[in-house]
Amino acid sequence: MSLVTSAIGQGLLWGILALGLFLTFRILNFPDMTVEGTFPFGAAVCVSALVHGVNPIVATALSFGAGLLTGLMTGLLYTKGRIPILLAGILVMTGIYSINLRILGRANVGLMHQKTLFSPEFLKNLPDGFDSVCVGIIFTIVIVILLAVFLNTDIGQAFIATGDNEKMARSLGIHTDNTKILGLMISNGLIGLAGGLISQNNGYADVNMGVGTIVIGLAAIIIGEVAYGELSLTARLVAVVVGSILYRFVLLIVLKLGFSTNDYKLLSAIILAFCLMLPLLQKKFHVNKVLKKGVERP
Amino acid sequence: MSQVALELKNINTTVNIGTPEEKRILKDLNLTLEKGDFVTLLGTNGAGKSTLLNVINGSLNTTSGQVVLNNHDLTKLSEVKRAKYIAQVFQDPKMGTAPRMTVAENLLLATKRGQKRGLRLRGLKKHLAEFKEETAQLPNGLSDRLNTFAGSLSGGQRQTLSFLMATIQKPELLLLDEHTAALDPNTSHQLLELTNEVVEKENLTCIMITHQMKDALKYGNRTVILNDGKVVLDAKGAEREKLTEEDVLKYFAN
Repeated sequence: MSLVTSAIGQGLLWGILALGLFLTFRILNFPDMTVEGTFPFGAAVCVSALVHGVNPIVATALSFGAGLLTGLMTGLLYTKGRIPILLAGILVMTGIYSINLRILGRANVGLMHQKTLFSPEFLKNLPDGFDSVCVGIIFTIVIVILLAVFLNTDIGQAFIATGDNEKMARSLGIHTDNTKILGLMISNGLIGLAGGLISQNNGYADVNMGVGTIVIGLAAIIIGEVAYGELSLTARLVAVVVGSILYRFVLLIVLKLGFSTNDYKLLSAIILAFCLMLPLLQKKFHVNKVLKKGVERP
Repeated sequence: MSQVALELKNINTTVNIGTPEEKRILKDLNLTLEKGDFVTLLGTNGAGKSTLLNVINGSLNTTSGQVVLNNHDLTKLSEVKRAKYIAQVFQDPKMGTAPRMTVAENLLLATKRGQKRGLRLRGLKKHLAEFKEETAQLPNGLSDRLNTFAGSLSGGQRQTLSFLMATIQKPELLLLDEHTAALDPNTSHQLLELTNEVVEKENLTCIMITHQMKDALKYGNRTVILNDGKVVLDAKGAEREKLTEEDVLKYFAN
């Protein structure tokens, strides 16, 4: 039971990262590699702030701010510097590694008795694993609502149009450079926030914790899409969070099959590759139907 | 009294400067449009028609010369800034609409062409009745498909939508780049008739590129032929009335 609870909690917290990634991968239509730098950056900023006695709420907000900065950096390199987006992301991600080491002072910093968002009494009194479920649900609900509202504003619509048809967007007077930067900032802000929350939940920040995060985020997005199919944009945001939880269940099952946690990255990559090939497999073997049945009966 | 709308003064455009592919496309081109002029623009491939449109809409910079619209110098303005004054319909139906946004959402984007877009809610519901009305007058049943993704429309429907998007907020200048070329003859005819009707009714200033000489002479009040980056014919009024397709062909010779 506690394993399932923990999977839901982890799924919700990682769902925030997946929501951020959704904005670039699905709306702007490009893969943003900055993620792998932003996630540990958010964690490093948050943990280091906590160690220096900063209030947990402020520290969490700082991790969001850290993400905004990396998103801004990638956005500027991509739009103003005309560097291809994949490379711009990789450059920022690589640069941040050194910054993370500077912030943490060493490769790994643990939280000892510092207060975190998970410290309040009522969370401590909950059964094991429910604290992350609680925090995860609160953050996810707030973020999904804010994103849904944002995407329905004039600027949000301009942001969607930018990813959908840039030439048209420009011809309608949309400053596509600005909407791309804005999208990258919000996206990475959420990813930094996810880094901050997950580091508080894990009790440490590690410079290497970003490796493979883009695969985890993409897997959540795509599993959500496979499970739900055609949806409205707001519903797709919820599907991403559900996808993130489903992904944790898949890992749980894999663990039960006897794999070790060391195999997670390989398995994540295989799961994602499989999901990405689904449209093809679906045509050939009607895998989709089989998979949907599996999802409907958890 | 007729009033000057668009002035193109000594436009020169050279592309790929400093490379072996350097090419001078527009050569000291001068053209003045009066308010309400509906110009059909003809010319062989490579004559510079599309380049001219790109220079006007700002997606291509002039090497020298001036683009002035209603006494407002646009030469230094970017394509995005010019969108406030200029609307366009592209040749490719996929170019003019956002495929994963609905017809209504596309129209809503277009009503805000060139305006500042902030954190105000988009207000789609408020506009739905208006969009229903606007689309009801159009051919090919767009009004029943307001909530359909633009990507699922037929080419004709998408292009009709693009045209409506370009004119829903009256532009100071409308640029049509062979906007019916990708459509079947029937649909193409329908859209041309619609174009003619709207341009006349709204008294729009418009440049339409076409390869169909018949259409070039039938629609609009003025025909301009480009050859090798220069205006070789600018016919209006009685002179244009007399113009036949054979006459036009002569200007295509190199």
